[in-house]
Amino acid sequence: MSRPGKIARLLIQSLFKKPATGNYPVDRSGMPEGFRGKLKFNAGMCIGCKMCMRDCPSEAIEIRKLGEKQFEAQINLAKCIYCGQCVDSCPKKVLEITAEFELARLDPAQLKVIFNDGNKDSPKG
Amino acid sequence: MHESGDVRIPIGPQHPALKEPESFLISLRGEKITASSVRLGYNHRGIEKACEERTYTQGLYLIERICGICSHSHSTCFVQAVEEIAGIQVSPRAKYMRTLIAELERIHSHLLWLGVAGHEIGFDTLLMYTWRDREVVMDLLATLTGNRVNYGINTIGGVRRDINSKQKEEVLKAIDILEERTKYYIDLAKNETTLLKRLQGVGVLSYEDAKKLDAVGPTARASGIERDVRKDDPYAAYAELDFKVISVNSCDVYGRTLVRLGELMESYSLVRQIIRKIPDGPILIKSPRKIPAGQAVSRYEAPRGEDLHYVRANGTEKPDRVKVRAPTLANIQSVSKMLEDRYLADMPIVIAAIDPCFSCTDRLVSIRDTKSKEKNTVAWETIRLKGIAWYKDKGIDFISLNKKLTKLF
Repeated sequence: MSRPGKIARLLIQSLFKKPATGNYPVDRSGMPEGFRGKLKFNAGMCIGCKMCMRDCPSEAIEIRKLGEKQFEAQINLAKCIYCGQCVDSCPKKVLEITAEFELARLDPAQLKVIFNDGNKDSPKG
Repeated sequence: MHESGDVRIPIGPQHPALKEPESFLISLRGEKITASSVRLGYNHRGIEKACEERTYTQGLYLIERICGICSHSHSTCFVQAVEEIAGIQVSPRAKYMRTLIAELERIHSHLLWLGVAGHEIGFDTLLMYTWRDREVVMDLLATLTGNRVNYGINTIGGVRRDINSKQKEEVLKAIDILEERTKYYIDLAKNETTLLKRLQGVGVLSYEDAKKLDAVGPTARASGIERDVRKDDPYAAYAELDFKVISVNSCDVYGRTLVRLGELMESYSLVRQIIRKIPDGPILIKSPRKIPAGQAVSRYEAPRGEDLHYVRANGTEKPDRVKVRAPTLANIQSVSKMLEDRYLADMPIVIAAIDPCFSCTDRLVSIRDTKSKEKNTVAWETIRLKGIAWYKDKGIDFISLNKKLTKLF
């Protein structure tokens, strides 16, 4: 039997429920474990095979040789699609994925992140 | 066919009732549609060609981005074809993982559709409710794969992420919530007068027409055609799982709603079976970078219908040809039939009922002379002049408009 306004009961119930949305800027626990965010490059372990560069679908990563067994990586955050293929392709587990997702920058030059020794990223620009 | 006496209304490429740029030309007599024609091509992205420029691994991520809603469908369909060419036997655990993500994707796609359908008929409460519930499955997908859309779980030779016992419990818990909610929606669809009055007898596509026009997916199953690739040509782990193909005979938009709701319930039971049955073992088998020469066609039941990929390999790292037949391409012809002799106000819901995805569908057509085998290429300038002439034909003259504008300022 059809009865009009069947959804009305649910509507009234919803009045007393807590909101379905999260309290974002205050509560940042929304990202699950294993979320694919910003990349991290552990410079000391890199052997310079450039497999990550070959497999990257968007040409976002570039490995440059600095000296003997020294490499630095430049990751373009604007080009990166955060698929994590480079992490899978890397034979030495140099690259890893972090849960960092707030990557918007006002200055486009800061989107190019360079990692060299000491696991630190130094935004240039 | 469009007749000269009727009022002709172009709907699109930009129109509030449409979610993507596509163009419909509708002939009207009073409020009734006498003829309609669809024109695609506003969303062409050249993905097939771009795949030829990329390696298989890179192409996989591009293929995944054909569609945001059925991204797993496209990527699974593609890897299945590549694996067939390379002769890679995927491990059973990887197959189960693919099936699990596929079913979760179907749940999210159908819930999304239900919301969109509610929105198109002016029932926005339904949109809010279904999209809120859809968040449950979206969070689940993010937990399992690392992303809400474009999961990136497939790779040639298996899957990239495994499922642990904690995640299994999370899946079961979320499925319980969703099942309860879906039962409510089924009850709603059967009893709510708004839905019944608005959807019954709208967008009718008879069994014969559906067969003739080659409809796929829920559109075909709502017209009584029991066609489902998961049953007819089982891929991944579907051969080992128990499920029903949902079909109804009402042939209208209401039937399509019932089919999708029924499929949601089947998906929940499938997910539970997968969690129970998933075998142990490796999830990834190392695949060669160079795929040997060969060709393969792969079929996949996407939430919207049958998806088809054709891959031809030439022994290098890059494919020779990739061809994608998205489900909307198979369904779009039936829209004209559904609109015939219907009211103009039904148009948005009738189009939405096939769950269209126009950017998946858009293709480039190159014209070849059969005698001289020469490709007929058109210069940019010719297209521009043709466009001006086409609008002039419709009574809009850009050149005179331009002159008027320059005089004004």
